[in-house]
Amino acid sequence: MRDLTLAMRRRTDVLTTLFFFIIVVSLFPLGAGTEKMILMKIAPGVAWVAALLASMLALERLFASDFADGTLEQMLLTPQPIFILVLGKVFAHWLLTGLPLVFIAPLVGLQYYLPDEAVSTMMLALLIGTPILSLVGAIGAALTLGLRGGGILLSLLILPLYIPIMVYGAGVVSASATGTTDLQAYFSILSGFLILALVLSPIATAAALRISVE
Amino acid sequence: MSINWFKYSSPTTFYPLAGKMIPFFGWLTALLTIGGLYWGFFETPDTLSDQKEYYRIIYIHVGAAWMSMWLYIMMAAWALAGLVFQTRLSYMIASAIAPTGAIATFLALWTGAFWGKTSWGTWWDWDPRMTSELILLFLYMGYMALQSAIDDPRRADRAAALLALVGLVCVPIIFWSINCPNPNECAALHQTSKPGGGNMDPNILIAMLVVALAFWMYSFVAVLMRVRNIILERERHTTWVNEMLEDKQ
Amino acid sequence: MLEITNLTCSRGDRQLFTGLNFSLKPGSLLYVEGRNGTGKSTLLRAICGLFLADSGDILWDGKNTQSLAEDYTKEVVYLGHHNGIKDDLSGLENLRISTVLDGDDVTEEQIWNALKKMGLKGFEDLPTKVLSQGQKRRVALARLLLNSSKLWILDEPFTALDVAAVDLLQSVIADHISKGGMVVLTTHQEVALTAGQIQRLELGKKKNKNV
Repeated sequence: MRDLTLAMRRRTDVLTTLFFFIIVVSLFPLGAGTEKMILMKIAPGVAWVAALLASMLALERLFASDFADGTLEQMLLTPQPIFILVLGKVFAHWLLTGLPLVFIAPLVGLQYYLPDEAVSTMMLALLIGTPILSLVGAIGAALTLGLRGGGILLSLLILPLYIPIMVYGAGVVSASATGTTDLQAYFSILSGFLILALVLSPIATAAALRISVE
Repeated sequence: MSINWFKYSSPTTFYPLAGKMIPFFGWLTALLTIGGLYWGFFETPDTLSDQKEYYRIIYIHVGAAWMSMWLYIMMAAWALAGLVFQTRLSYMIASAIAPTGAIATFLALWTGAFWGKTSWGTWWDWDPRMTSELILLFLYMGYMALQSAIDDPRRADRAAALLALVGLVCVPIIFWSINCPNPNECAALHQTSKPGGGNMDPNILIAMLVVALAFWMYSFVAVLMRVRNIILERERHTTWVNEMLEDKQ
Repeated sequence: MLEITNLTCSRGDRQLFTGLNFSLKPGSLLYVEGRNGTGKSTLLRAICGLFLADSGDILWDGKNTQSLAEDYTKEVVYLGHHNGIKDDLSGLENLRISTVLDGDDVTEEQIWNALKKMGLKGFEDLPTKVLSQGQKRRVALARLLLNSSKLWILDEPFTALDVAAVDLLQSVIADHISKGGMVVLTTHQEVALTAGQIQRLELGKKKNKNV
């Protein structure tokens, strides 16, 4: 079933999100100056903000085309529990937009002179964090389905909810770059968020879809 | 004696009831505000630890901050009631609370900025509680934006209600994450909840509580009035509204 | 058996219908009639569970459809104004996906046959975006042939179809009824039945007091 969702999405633009991420990340040194110390300091925050925006950009399309052509209605009427379908769609969305960011992270490390350990920490943090972004964002995408200016509204609704992920996601990278504290606690918290999001978000998204499709 | 609560869950019966309650809460608001502020301005010491007269903004600041959080919880509670019982009135109350909550949040931030400027010498600091309050303002804004973006009132109600609930689940997590960005030092980072520690003059505390209560009563008034407006607007096509309007003319 | 009791639906602040009652037995066809804007589509959407009614119950075999949830949606096929097919995928892929999601065990050959029966021979492999409106509708209708659901809810199924396809769909519907199925549809086309009975429901006749 998931493969099907994937197959449906296959042709849509994965690369756009990826390049968006790279461009945003590359813009910061141009704006903030190319001094090595500053760049190292802002790198985790920049990477995460760019990740948030990139995932946000892609979220708008998560349900939109299905909504427009009526396939979403059909999905709601299948004998499958909706939250499973939602989970499938979100997973597909993450594979196409979240996962690539994990692999592109070393590039950020290069641009911002991050030490190797910090880069691997960032990859791991993104690996845990980006699915949460997709899951939480799905609720917003479902709520703003088919609305005028849905994209901007979506960011207004969802960005505040992304804060904890960003705080710890960026925090762990900083901590690893300075090598001061134990990283275990950060990852436990991020994983906790992931589990929470996995359990609650599909239910909320399913409810939101029912409301929006009406 | 058992009261049939659901009787009042219909907009038709709630409208006059709300009308009767408004003056009551209105007077309470006036009394408590005057009493609390009088107490705060004249019966309390001139200084709070090292702060001079300007600390008196505390009476508005703290009350507004408390209300901002309490109202969010109330809004989410009514939203939940709406989703569970499918009562239109619950949604109306939830959406009537939002602007008052947003105003309280804004007021808390605003007075906080003035206070901060005089006592810390800065309008804004990325202090955890200020940041949390700012996020709360964003959440209120999101709720109202979503509600107004959807044309169909029923979808708007239900979508915004769901958003309020999602927000309610996320709020503790957000606040907590802002409070201790480094999980290893979380235990050590304990916020003192009163500026100046625990040795505050009891008079200050009393005045603060009375004004906070006044804020609460004010919220009742504002919310009830707004609910009445929403009811009129939503039910403008129904016979009872039209009959009532004709009576008044 | 499908039973509707005391159903009230509104859109925005306009009440579409109040206190609607009817029931539908196996082997019967229900025409929902009425002018534009009387709530035909809303009623159909309410029956299949996409629209939440203000009050009233929709019962399937005596049980509330909301609590039946997936056990009910399994019995329903809905075809609305949208075709519910993906433009980027071929008719074949579209049907494969929908049958899997519907939980029906359908072989590749059956899908080919269904498309062939709908007059889409030679178009099976093309992405549906290159097909005409009528052909897309045919792809969507092919789902009916592959589905084991008892209740068909069809909102204007004949739009965009040519004469041959209309005939075809009529026979498909008649066939379904004769096998003990149920069909609820809005249309201006009559369907000649070989078996079963026809019911009619006209919306918008009573003057709604709130409009």
